[in-house]
This record gives sequence, C-alpha cells and structure tokens, in this order.
Amino acid sequence: MASEEVDRNRRRFLTGATTVVGGAGLVALAVPFVSSMGTSARAQAAGAPIEVDISLIQEGQRLTFEWRGQPVWVVRRSQRMIDSLEQIEGRLADPESQQSTQPEYARNRYRSREPEFLVMIGICTHLGCSPSYRPQEGAAGLGADWLGGFFCACHGSSYDLAGRVYADQPAPLNMEIPPHMFAEDGQTLVIGEDEETQTG
Amino acid sequence: MSKLLTWVDDRFPLTKMWREHVSEYYAPKNFNFWYYFGSLAMLVLVLQIVTGIFLTMHYQPSAERAFSSVEFIMRDVNYGWLIRYMHTTGASMFFIIVYLHMFRALLYGSYKKPRELIWVFGVLIFLCLMAEAFFGYLLPWGQMSYWAAQVIIALFGTVPFVGPELAQWIRGDFVVSEATLTRFFALHVIAMPLVLIALVVAHILALHEVGSNNPDGVEIKKNKDANGIPKDGIPFHPYYTVKDLVGVAVFFIIFFFIVFFMPTFGGFFIERPNFEPADPLTTPANIHPVWYFTPFYAILRAVPSLAGSSFPGVAVMGASVLVLFLLPWLDRSPVRSIRYRSIWFKLLLAVFVVSFIILGYLGAVPAGTTETIVARICTILYFGFFVGLYFVSKFETTKPVPERVTTK
Repeated sequence: MASEEVDRNRRRFLTGATTVVGGAGLVALAVPFVSSMGTSARAQAAGAPIEVDISLIQEGQRLTFEWRGQPVWVVRRSQRMIDSLEQIEGRLADPESQQSTQPEYARNRYRSREPEFLVMIGICTHLGCSPSYRPQEGAAGLGADWLGGFFCACHGSSYDLAGRVYADQPAPLNMEIPPHMFAEDGQTLVIGEDEETQTG
Repeated sequence: MSKLLTWVDDRFPLTKMWREHVSEYYAPKNFNFWYYFGSLAMLVLVLQIVTGIFLTMHYQPSAERAFSSVEFIMRDVNYGWLIRYMHTTGASMFFIIVYLHMFRALLYGSYKKPRELIWVFGVLIFLCLMAEAFFGYLLPWGQMSYWAAQVIIALFGTVPFVGPELAQWIRGDFVVSEATLTRFFALHVIAMPLVLIALVVAHILALHEVGSNNPDGVEIKKNKDANGIPKDGIPFHPYYTVKDLVGVAVFFIIFFFIVFFMPTFGGFFIERPNFEPADPLTTPANIHPVWYFTPFYAILRAVPSLAGSSFPGVAVMGASVLVLFLLPWLDRSPVRSIRYRSIWFKLLLAVFVVSFIILGYLGAVPAGTTETIVARICTILYFGFFVGLYFVSKFETTKPVPERVTTK
C-alpha cells in the first residue's frame, strides 16, 4: 500500500470540494444570525398608525407625537407662516422636493395635504438629531432674515416651516413626510397610513 | 515545589513561555519615558475587564431600567460609585495611553520593517477600542448616550444604496431603542473584549518575534555576544518589570486623583447631558462624542455634503482612521528614529500633532463658520502628513545612525 502513488489531483479536488461545501454551510448558518439582528416582529408592529385630534392644536403651535419611536410633528401654520414659504424659496436646496422623501400628495410648496397642517418626521436628514422649532421671524441667533422654521443645533442645519432645508447646509435633504391622511370627520389625523398604504 | 513545576513543564510549556516572554526576553537597555505606555495599556485593559465584570452584576440592559440601574450602582451598591468611576475614567485613560503609545511609534519609527504587523495589529486594537467605547457609551442610556448613538449609526445610513437598511439592521429598529441597547450590551461585554484580547495577544506575540524597537531605532539583534544575547539587551524581568512598576505607581496617583476628585473631568469624561435619561423626542443642544472621538468627528463635520449625500464626510472620516494602516509603507526612510531624521520630518510630525489636537478641540464645540474653515485646514494638514511623509521620507537627508544604542 505504501508504495502506491498519491493521487494529488484527487486530493486537491477533495480538499477544495470540502472547503466549498463547508464554506457554503457557514454562509447558510450566518443567515439566521444576521437576520436575528434585523427589525423584530414586535418593532414592526409598533410601526402601526396613530390617530391625532387636530382640533386641539392652536395656530402656530407644534405638537410632537411618537410613531415608530420617532418624533412626528404636527404644526398648524398661520397665514403668515404659509406666506413665508413662497418668499423663502430662493434660499432652499430642494424647494420642489425633487430629491426628498414624501408621499406624492406632499410634493408641493407646503409639503402637506392642506397648507394649514404640516405633518413631518422631526429628524434632521443629516445625522438624525431632532431639530428645534423656531417659528418666530428673526429668532435669536438665527439672523434677521429668518422667516421661521426648524434649526438643528447638532451640525447647524436650517429648515423652513415646511421642513425644506436651506442651501449649503450639512443636511442634504428636506425632512421626511410620513404617510398621513385626514379621517372623514375632519377632526382626526391618521399618521403612518394613507389611502395607498391602508390595509383591510 | 520544583517537582510540581517539572510535572507541569512535562505537560505544558510553562517555564518555556515564562523565559521566552519575560525572564529571557531581551529588550533594548535604552528605553525612555515613552516606553511606559505599552504596559500601562495592558494594565488599563485588565482594570476595564475587572471593573466591567462587577458593573455587569448590577446593570440592567433595558430601556426601562438601564438609567436607573446605573443610578442604583452609584447610590446603593456598596462602592458602586468607585467601580463605575474607575470604569469611566479607565475608558478615557485608555485612549490617552493608546494615543501616547501610538505617538511613540511615530517618534521612533516602531512601525517600520520588520515591525509592520505589530503596527497593523495595533491599529486593529485601536479600531476595536473605538467600537468598544462606542458600544459602552450607550449603556447608561442618558441623553448623550442616546443621541450620540443615533448620530453615529446614522453615519452608516449615508452609505450609498444600502445605507438606510444597514442603519436599521444595526439598530434593530427604526430608531435607537431597547433592541439597540441590548445588542450593544452583548457586543460591549462579550464580543469586543474577546476580539480585543485576541488582538493584544497577537500584538505582543508579533513584538516578541521581532524584538522591541528603541529610541535610537537601532536593531539590537545585530550585535550579539557569544551566547547569542544582544549586547544592548537586558531581560524584561526584572529590569523592565521594575521600571514599569514605577510607571504604574505614578499612573495610579493620577488615575485615582481623577476618580476621587474630578470623575466627570469637567464634562469631558462623562458629559453633562448624560445625567438625564434618554428621551427619543428631544435632542440636547450641542451633542458631540466623548473627547477621544472628537478629532475624527471634526473631520466628519468639516467635509461638505455632495450631491445631496453626506457620505463624503463619512468616507473621509473613515479614511482618516484607515490611513494609519498604510503608515509602514508610506514612510520610505531607512532611518527609524526621529533623532537621526531631517528637520522636515520633525516639522511634518509637529504639524500632524498640532492639527490633530486642534481637530479634537473643534469636534467638541459647536461648528460655526470660522470653526468649519479651521477644521477644513486641519483636515487637509492631517492627511497632508501622510502624503508629505511619503515624499519627505524618500528625499530627506538623515544623520548617521550609531551602531549601538546610546544612553544619554
């Protein structure tokens, strides 16, 4: 037996085949582990829509609600605020919201279904801080030509009262608008669901 | 006793390992102040592991209870305050020591052939340490913990194409939540420490394979006596174990002064907003990472976003750490030690250190117009060091290197 020649090709093939099969097994085994770190079913379920009574919101007031663990702002804009959205357009990075994320019905100057109500995810598109609400004209520290809006202190990004980002800011895009709709009674705002995403 | 030792030695290389790595490991006799930091880093690693184990006994990794369990450790656990402050102070001291340790390598060319792998393992340790510190910082579940994690994870969200999914996978949720907290806990107490220890072993094995460099950058193995022992070498034990013990004593004086009298270090070691529980709906003003990350954070902020993506800043920040891996191949000078290198090298290194410190300061303050301009200049200087080194090291005129180590 000892005198027999070693079949090197056969040996190389067997080593290679074993490595490939073992490697494939490892990759297959990694799938459940990697997947276990994904969003759990419970976290997905917590993304269920929420309902808000809009009659409680005063003119110019911003209320914060939690949806999917994120702050969702509802702002009831005054006529002055609505008018400011047109004046400011020359200073914005994406005034038409071409690059930004919003449902189709919010791709307009007001970034909302009705100019009066802004429904927006209050998270800066730069690195995820929550900007502060600075509705007054010429608010302290933001310059005399400030028309009201949102300011993210983390990296200094400014947004107008429709969540549209100013040009040349760290933040690249306008803040995100979640799917939302007004219920038939006209008093209830549903956040996280609209006619398109509605199920059942 | 010696019988027992023989019994063990027949079955396990105990005496052999002791000789190879301690009593007959010959280190150059001209080590100076800068050579304290390797052993000190080991000491702090042990401190962090021991204090960490005891903190784990009382800490609760849940969004509901994390913050209050840290307060429980601080107020109700016997000596809990001491153990926790040792751990928080240890984290910052770890970075101070590692930065000084890395600076020593720059001074004396300790990353050069044949010590490239020691350096590469070292940079891996540095990366691992950054991850470990980042995961650990979320655990107290304070405002700064929460929002710093939110911002850093959002960095991954800027990666083209897969970014948002990647960030969501890291968090395990749509925002930083309990899912994030529990996985960071697992990574902080099990995964990263294991990797860290393995890398430290590799770092030391590689060092002991080629032998230590020294302030003259002279290879002591070139001059051996009749027994094959380097003429300029002295056994690590007892000579350097005793020398390092002095370093340990001085270190502990500083360390415990901070632990007892200024554990937050004026808001640098523990930041003020972290005394408030995490609130996912409000971001505190001026959030910034802990001081040891601020140089890299300043680089991130200095880079403007491009074509509607803040990925360039993230990429440049990543490059600022990863470029360290290339150092052994960027420095083409045959001379190791700064003592025998040109004024140009010294200038380059000085500019590098100064820009790194300025970036560290800028990363901790809000970014205004002036700050952004200075940060951009310093970012260019930071990378300029590596580019400059590549050319300076090729063309500089060096002084003659002595045959044997010098002792001044």
